[in-house]
Amino acid sequence: MKMTNLKSVTLAVMAAGAFASFPARAAEELVVYCNVQEEWCRPMVTAFEKATGIKVLMTRKSVGETYAQIKAEAANPKADIWWGGTGDPHLQAAEEGLTEPYKSPKLAELQPWAVKQAEAAKYRTVGVYAGALGFSYNTEELAKRKLAAPKCWADLTKADFKGEVQVANPNASGTSYNMLATLVQVMGEDKAFDYLKALHKNVNQYTKAGAAPARAVATGESMVGITFMHDAVTQVVEGAPVKVVAPCEGTGYEIGSMSIVKGAKNMANAKKWYEWALTPEAQGIAVGAKAYQVPSNKAAPTPAQAPKFAEIKLIDYDFVKYGSTAERSRLLAKWDKEVGALPK
Amino acid sequence: MTTRISPATHADPYGWLLTIAAVVVGVLLMPWTSASLNIGVACAVVGIGSWFAARAGAFKNDATISGVVCVVSLLLLVFVAYPIGRMLLAAFIDQNGAWGLGNAADRFFNADVWGTGCITGNVRCGVAINSMTLAVLAGGLSTLFGFALALLAERGARRNKVWLRILSILPVVTPPFVIGLAIVILFGRTGIATQLASEWFGIPRSRWIYGLPGVLLAQTISFTPLAFLLIGGALRLVSPTLEEAGQVLRGTPWHVFRTVTWPLVRPAIANAFLLGFVESLADFANPLVLSGNFEVLSTKIFFAIAGAQQDASRAAILALTLLLLTVGVFALQQKWLGNASYTSVGGKGDNGVPAPLPQGVKWGAIALVTPWVLLTVIAYGVILVGGFVKDIGRFDLTPTLAHFGTGFGFNFDGGLHLTGSAWDSLFTTLGVAAVAAPLTTAFGVLAGYVVSRHVFVGRRSFEFLTMVNFAVPGTVLGVAYIVAFNVPPLEFTGSFAIIVLCLTFRNMPVGVRSTIASLSQLDKSLDEASATLRASTSRTFIKVVLPLLRPAIIASTVFGFTHAITAVSAVIFLATARHNLATVYIAGRVDAGEYALAIAYSSVLIVIMLFCVLMIQRLVGTADLGRRAAVGT
Repeated sequence: MKMTNLKSVTLAVMAAGAFASFPARAAEELVVYCNVQEEWCRPMVTAFEKATGIKVLMTRKSVGETYAQIKAEAANPKADIWWGGTGDPHLQAAEEGLTEPYKSPKLAELQPWAVKQAEAAKYRTVGVYAGALGFSYNTEELAKRKLAAPKCWADLTKADFKGEVQVANPNASGTSYNMLATLVQVMGEDKAFDYLKALHKNVNQYTKAGAAPARAVATGESMVGITFMHDAVTQVVEGAPVKVVAPCEGTGYEIGSMSIVKGAKNMANAKKWYEWALTPEAQGIAVGAKAYQVPSNKAAPTPAQAPKFAEIKLIDYDFVKYGSTAERSRLLAKWDKEVGALPK
Repeated sequence: MTTRISPATHADPYGWLLTIAAVVVGVLLMPWTSASLNIGVACAVVGIGSWFAARAGAFKNDATISGVVCVVSLLLLVFVAYPIGRMLLAAFIDQNGAWGLGNAADRFFNADVWGTGCITGNVRCGVAINSMTLAVLAGGLSTLFGFALALLAERGARRNKVWLRILSILPVVTPPFVIGLAIVILFGRTGIATQLASEWFGIPRSRWIYGLPGVLLAQTISFTPLAFLLIGGALRLVSPTLEEAGQVLRGTPWHVFRTVTWPLVRPAIANAFLLGFVESLADFANPLVLSGNFEVLSTKIFFAIAGAQQDASRAAILALTLLLLTVGVFALQQKWLGNASYTSVGGKGDNGVPAPLPQGVKWGAIALVTPWVLLTVIAYGVILVGGFVKDIGRFDLTPTLAHFGTGFGFNFDGGLHLTGSAWDSLFTTLGVAAVAAPLTTAFGVLAGYVVSRHVFVGRRSFEFLTMVNFAVPGTVLGVAYIVAFNVPPLEFTGSFAIIVLCLTFRNMPVGVRSTIASLSQLDKSLDEASATLRASTSRTFIKVVLPLLRPAIIASTVFGFTHAITAVSAVIFLATARHNLATVYIAGRVDAGEYALAIAYSSVLIVIMLFCVLMIQRLVGTADLGRRAAVGT
């Protein structure tokens, strides 16, 4: 009896094992982690598949999630290309050697800020688009309260806007960290923290997602929201009563980046995507996808609705300093202790 | 001589069948990875080893029990203890990569975590205090509502039953984010109810919903059905004979309720509270949408990993905190239930009809249930409408099918083409749930059975291991699975199997708890009678125990299935392009502020889950014991 049982167990295991050992792998594929909105990721993938015949397996996540995932998978990488998302996590991954150095011949065609990003990361990443930080307000709510339109960072701390400003929590969102670092660069650290403490009284909620305040402004949940300007533009295009503002004191910006994952299984295809994603054609896809960032290829068409960089007082954002782990941890901890913990 | 009366010496075909089935199923489930083979072989080796151990006298010579305990233990060690232990070790590594206890202690005993400033002063409270407050309230309220619902459904007038059941099952089949979104759409500052209140009564529009009230509201709506399922199942098992005896002894309905019914459902109440508490701690979607500036552990951990901080050590500390809280409640619950006996279904005939509810209890229950029902109906009304109008968040009620078109579009251009962007994730999700649900139940019921019916070395640790995954925040679990199963010999990352395994072991506690709760009411003499008749342990389990466990099986399968579909935080890191999941897709939509598409997709999931839950109930059958079924028909 028992021998029969032993045999049957062994046989069952072997049979099942044989069944299980046919791996399915297509010859030409590419695994892409995409960090912009789905509407933009999908046409990118379709266009690339059409242009090269390579099958793309795309996952859309937030940039923080993707960074955490690439780090967790580092011993045996699953992704090939990491496309889009704010630049800091790309720089951090570069600092930690999670991504592959690659110098594209297309660098010459790119805007200076995109090249600077590549240089800062020792060519482990490159800029693919840029977006300026700003805020937006709901015109109907503003008119109802008969308030003057805010034009500067300083306006947002006025008593008029008590409980009416929304911004993401810098500890949760890269957008909001970008604001923190921008203010430190515009005003100097001490003044910036005084400002943030004053702003704290007017903030109704620190959201988790960076773009969420733009949506809250569109529906009237909040009167003012601090986000990247292109996120607010999306709401304007949708028909919401929203006005987008570039702060008068000057403002910072993000560089949406692209990196090749170190140890990528489909390295050749990853480089094909890299080159393709820097072409004007590929960057032009953004317009149809309702993405209003500024593309990094000088020849790529800039969406008509995109905030004009020429008309915005942009600061010379120091991505190397404020993208470093040490500086970021310090500023975030300081914010949490001196601002986030304050009573309302 | 003793070996002669022990079950192991008898031919025990069921025991072997169970082991073989477990191994074969385990291996078949995970095609395309050699890791599955390794696990299958390990199970077989341990299974065979345990057989010899039983021969040698371990586990009271019971080969079935030793096989079950050893194989399930192996799986628990590999899929629970190993990944989580590995992840939590990060708590003791500081940011420079050096080991240190001081760093961990510093971060653990921080005002960030344990501060009580909101009670004594006007500083905010620590995140652990916030989470605990929320969990106690949500666990308590959902247990209260669930108990009231269960009383009305099981002991109230019959006409209540059908719609109570439908209503109570709705939140179970509801994807995450949906309740949160519905509440925002209703009570947000520009919400429907808020606008009406402002126009009709001049109540100023405020943002009160963002914070503790909103999350609590959403969690109470979401968890009450779980409490209802658990308490209802136990209530059905309370033998009416006892209640009848109470009546015959001239007890008033209230007296019978208080001294007979109530003490017998106490274990279920405790379990419902425990589950509500733990679910509230682990809940991710509702706080993400609604918590405002009220920080809780689950989202804080997520952003420690995936936010701008990117600090795995901090995440591990917070995860440890969460684990400690859960373990604490678990210990309290053990203490409260003590060693009392809750047996009420004995070997003797069961010929009673349940006593009617005392008037006070009945009206109390109705008063409790009514607002819950109303709110649930309204919330689902919003969801129902939301998918079919242009933008409910902005009050644009122009009817449209555009959202369904984006997600589930198809055409017949030379054969069926599924052009919608949601199809892939939908199919994967259903596949995952279909595989994970029976596994969840199988492991859960087996583990619950051996824990409550058999004594063996390490039983407490075994029980604890079955519960741990439920307490671990989903985000931590997801990342832990990637880190632990990314390299051979256990390379599962990016596979279908890792999602199934993660969800199986995450949802298993419900099977374990409901089995334990049900078994605590089944007299052990039933098992003994079977054993005396020389039935093997496995035969007893299959022929006697299992049929009596139907409520637990239904609860566990339904929970395993629906939670496999609705899990978010655990699978956010496990979903890949090959295996994308519905909730990850929906989370992306919510992130982008596209409430309408999120709601449209959710309503599709609701319909599918409702259908499947009804099918599960039909397949497993209802759990009428004794005469009640006959009375009902």
